[in-house]
Amino acid sequence: MTVVATDETGRATPVVSGYGPSFAEQQPPRNERRSPRRLPRGLRIALGAILPLLLLAAWQVATAFVPAYRLPSPASVVLAGVDLAQRGLLGVHVGISVQRVLLGFAIGAAVGLVLGALIGLSRWADVLLSPTISAFRAVPSLAWVPLIVLYIGLQENGKVAIIAIGALFPVFTTVAGALRHVDRHLVEAGRAFGLRGVSLLAQVQLPAVVPAVVSGLRLALAQSWLFLVAAELLGSSMGLGFLLTDSQYNGRLDRLFLTIILLAVFGKATDAVLGVGERALLKRWT
Amino acid sequence: MTSTTALPVSFRGVGRAFGTARVLRDVDLDVAAGEIVAILGPSGCGKSTLLRSVSGLDAPSEGAVSIAGTAVGPVDQRCAVAFQEPRLLPWRSVEANVALGLPHGTAKEPGRRRVAELLELTGLADAARRRPREISGGMAQRASLARALAREPGVLVLDEPFGALDALTRLRMQDLLLDVHAAVPTTVILVTHDVDEALVLADHVVLLGTDGDLPGATVRRVVRVPGARPRDRGAPELVDLRAELLAGLGVPAHHTAPSTAQLSHQETA
Repeated sequence: MTVVATDETGRATPVVSGYGPSFAEQQPPRNERRSPRRLPRGLRIALGAILPLLLLAAWQVATAFVPAYRLPSPASVVLAGVDLAQRGLLGVHVGISVQRVLLGFAIGAAVGLVLGALIGLSRWADVLLSPTISAFRAVPSLAWVPLIVLYIGLQENGKVAIIAIGALFPVFTTVAGALRHVDRHLVEAGRAFGLRGVSLLAQVQLPAVVPAVVSGLRLALAQSWLFLVAAELLGSSMGLGFLLTDSQYNGRLDRLFLTIILLAVFGKATDAVLGVGERALLKRWT
Repeated sequence: MTSTTALPVSFRGVGRAFGTARVLRDVDLDVAAGEIVAILGPSGCGKSTLLRSVSGLDAPSEGAVSIAGTAVGPVDQRCAVAFQEPRLLPWRSVEANVALGLPHGTAKEPGRRRVAELLELTGLADAARRRPREISGGMAQRASLARALAREPGVLVLDEPFGALDALTRLRMQDLLLDVHAAVPTTVILVTHDVDEALVLADHVVLLGTDGDLPGATVRRVVRVPGARPRDRGAPELVDLRAELLAGLGVPAHHTAPSTAQLSHQETA
């Protein structure tokens, strides 16, 4: 009946095994992100490639029935790319577009972070600024474009500004929301151990929102590409958007297809870079 | 900062109301330095609120709580708290979480040694580098306890610390707490709704509850628990006391027998 065996209790026992399954309710499932039925990597890639390859084949077949001025063949699209590259134009168009996206994204994300942190953390800033900001957010961001064209012009600065606006709101919204919903229990625990103000922010609140910030950044990056094309379509002499309009005027469908594919590739590539960062962070963070 | 001095706590006329809802009234209680006091009461009766007034996480509407004669400040650093949930920072290792409890200004090397010591004491030495999601609930709760102890608190405040654990783990944690208290005899105030836990751990059990028609809970009884620790969980004198306390909580113990079960109130708070 006596269970009071002080010596053989918690102290010496790494009782890990005995603690196991009964904690299922309180513990997040350990392999949440890794379903046991997950397929091997190679197989996943192979399966994922089936549809694109089928589409490519269908495209190739279709060119036999559709005239080339309506639908260029895959080979001609590749040739168009090689041709542009050889003339040194492909690098210029891609380079300037990537530069605009990265600049606009960096500026927009930075402003979004600061604004989001301000509103997520300060009740005063929230009360004073939130209504205004949500009114601004209600305006479809592309509606600002003509105004920016008039004010700043569509030079480099104007384009970057347009992209920055596109990147700002996703970051702002996720950061402000995440900071407002940081687990109160954790914040209280931090306070109970003497953390206040900046140290509470640095040690509890900011780390707690890191995953949300990263997903906000990914959204913002996707938006940045969207706004890049919008800005370059409106007026430019370089860049992927220019390549689109230019090819449209000249009826170069091969280049049009090439540009669309390039946009997909670069959009996905930049997103993948952030995705790798996100995974690494989440592994560390949760 | 080598050893902890246990500090006494006193409650004088403590009351707390949230808006119009009165939770506590007229709480007078003295906790001697180094003793373990369990606050027992039906759920929702204000146990945790009372406890939060000790650590300064909440301030009473009336009356005052003082530690060693001086009033409790906002988030009083003479206290250390362990909550019902472990509340570990998920992005930090167990070790780094425990280190969060160290008093501010602790130098790196002594701090590291202190953390290692506590991990050893709580049986977590092997889990030092793991993250909270990689350990069981019992281990997380031990880490939470270690974090509170790192503070070398004058008063250790435990809010249903073992409430969310399974029965077996709970028993082990109770023994661990007694080990810790034997090694570092600080003042411990813990809230529990588990009568047996109170009887095994505490020097005094404080029964909190409403009295008559008055709104808000107050101290209904303070019971000294007989016997030195570690106590036999089945000792006869505890059996009677358990029935008595359960009756005080409005739960019939179905315990045929003796004498002292004289707490007549049957209200549920």
